[in-house]
Amino acid sequence: MSDPVQPPPSAERHEVMIELRGMHKWYDKFHVLKDINLTVRKGERIVVCGPSGSGKSTMIRCINRLEEHQRGQIIVDGTELTGDLKHVEQIRKEVGMVFQHFNLFPHLTVLDNCTLAPIWVRKQPRREAEKAAMEYLEKVKIPEQAHKYPGQLSGGQQQRVAIARSLCMNPKIMLFDEPTSALDPEMIKEVLDTMIELAETGMTMICVTHEMGFAKTVADRVIFMDVGEIVEENEPHAFFNHPQQERTKLFLSQILGH
Amino acid sequence: MSTTFQRAPDLPPPITEVGVIGWLRRNLFSTWPYTVLTLAALYLLWLVLPPVISWAVLDANWRGTTRADCTADGACWVFVSARFNQFIYGFYPEAQQWRVNLVYGTLFLLMTPLFLKAFPWKTALGGFIIFGYPWLAYGFLDGAWFGLAVVETTKWGGLSLTLIIAGIGCVAALPLGILLALGRRASEMPAVKSLCVIFIEFWRGVPLITVLFMSSVMLPLFLPEGVQFDKLMRALIGITLFQAAYMAEVVRGGLQAIPKGQYEAADALGLGYWKKTGLVILPQALKIVIPGVVNTFIALIKDTTLVLIIGLFELLGIVQSALSDPNWLGYATEGYVFTAVVFWIICFSLSRYSQRLERRLHTGHKRN
Repeated sequence: MSDPVQPPPSAERHEVMIELRGMHKWYDKFHVLKDINLTVRKGERIVVCGPSGSGKSTMIRCINRLEEHQRGQIIVDGTELTGDLKHVEQIRKEVGMVFQHFNLFPHLTVLDNCTLAPIWVRKQPRREAEKAAMEYLEKVKIPEQAHKYPGQLSGGQQQRVAIARSLCMNPKIMLFDEPTSALDPEMIKEVLDTMIELAETGMTMICVTHEMGFAKTVADRVIFMDVGEIVEENEPHAFFNHPQQERTKLFLSQILGH
Repeated sequence: MSTTFQRAPDLPPPITEVGVIGWLRRNLFSTWPYTVLTLAALYLLWLVLPPVISWAVLDANWRGTTRADCTADGACWVFVSARFNQFIYGFYPEAQQWRVNLVYGTLFLLMTPLFLKAFPWKTALGGFIIFGYPWLAYGFLDGAWFGLAVVETTKWGGLSLTLIIAGIGCVAALPLGILLALGRRASEMPAVKSLCVIFIEFWRGVPLITVLFMSSVMLPLFLPEGVQFDKLMRALIGITLFQAAYMAEVVRGGLQAIPKGQYEAADALGLGYWKKTGLVILPQALKIVIPGVVNTFIALIKDTTLVLIIGLFELLGIVQSALSDPNWLGYATEGYVFTAVVFWIICFSLSRYSQRLERRLHTGHKRN
């Protein structure tokens, strides 16, 4: 992998974008997230890893209220996330999400997928929204696919459209929920490259992934979660070379072993 | 040293696999049991078709005006042609039938632009046809608002009445059914959900004939003295509510088939409930349930025959009442065959249109 990506200048890094304080979540009786405390500053790139069932996807899905937390506080860009629909909609405009299974809208063209939210949520005129969408599609390197339907694209192309679609809303934070886990190996690189370029623009990112190479290149901090708790959190070099907890060491040996 | 890989040339397939012979071999004569079945079916057709064709076409009487023109052997289509006007217009006075023609002709003209790709005002036109035009048509056919000779709804009948009831029933039941289906799935609003469940289960539980009978007999008991509620209106309301319940369940099946990820992606983009439902979920769900919706429409078209119970004479009712005319006794078969053929043409056309619609809309639905 290339040299680690440079972090943005320190002046911008102090503003807190996401704060999770003592957050707990239960599915019925099952305690899926235990006492999560996390602070994410503007421009930071966080990679969350851990075995399946550790709650990492659940945690980031709580940040844009796709899941609800039962105890503790989640504060996104100064707004607290509660049941209040107005707060939720406000936060969702500022937080973009990329899913493992892309979730593109199959009945709309790639361009319409990207312009749907800007037109209907931000009330942009169609021409302006389409112009911006074409710019983002160029950034993810697939402008020629604008008039195709998602079903006609490969997995890697679909995921890049999904990234462009989220970016068209000009979010302040991007959440990635295992974005490359459903892709064929030869397509993983194109999506990771897109994400690295995005990181270089200074976007605040939280990425749940198993791609440790990506973590080493881009992350400011790596967080390891297991059975609903944050076990260890450190900057990549220290995390991979000097893990502190036994569970972290075990996980790293499994995932980096082959 | 490596050798270059030579691609083998494409060969044509063997003769017995393609073309007419190939089709016959694959579909009709592929194995011994199927060959036997094919021969048995051909034999059955040979037994049944010639008598039917000779009764219906070869020995039939097509021309004439009275019973005397009918011979005993074949079908007497003179019965149908002599009373054709009544079968189409019911008891609508002949002098005023141009109004019916005008209403249907205008509707046909209004609907044509909807099928043109380039037409820009499709939503406005569609909205007018669905919400505005029925009132105009009613007023014109009735006559009171326009200063024309009044023709009460009890005089409307025949095929024109069948199409009015079926059309209004379908057009009104679909949006109502969609709302009920959405309401039934609204688990965060238990009051709305319960209301929708009660509505759907009630209207699905009673036979349509009971609904029509009750609306005609019981409703006047509940209304204050002197308030007359138009018979056709009663039938339309009953049929619409009844169909909406069935439509709701059909649409709900489609809503359930949409993957959760679609809802989540729409939520994550900041789309509120109605925008999410209208722009993302419903377009996909309605495409999936086209077969079910068309099925319900076809059932409704045929259920319109039940309005005979409240004294409205749509196509079947008119044909049946014509059978009791002493001039034309004994031609029941012709009457019913004619009615069956008309219904079949309408339903089959609807079914073919829906297949065309599905094929045209299939572009967006391909999965990877």
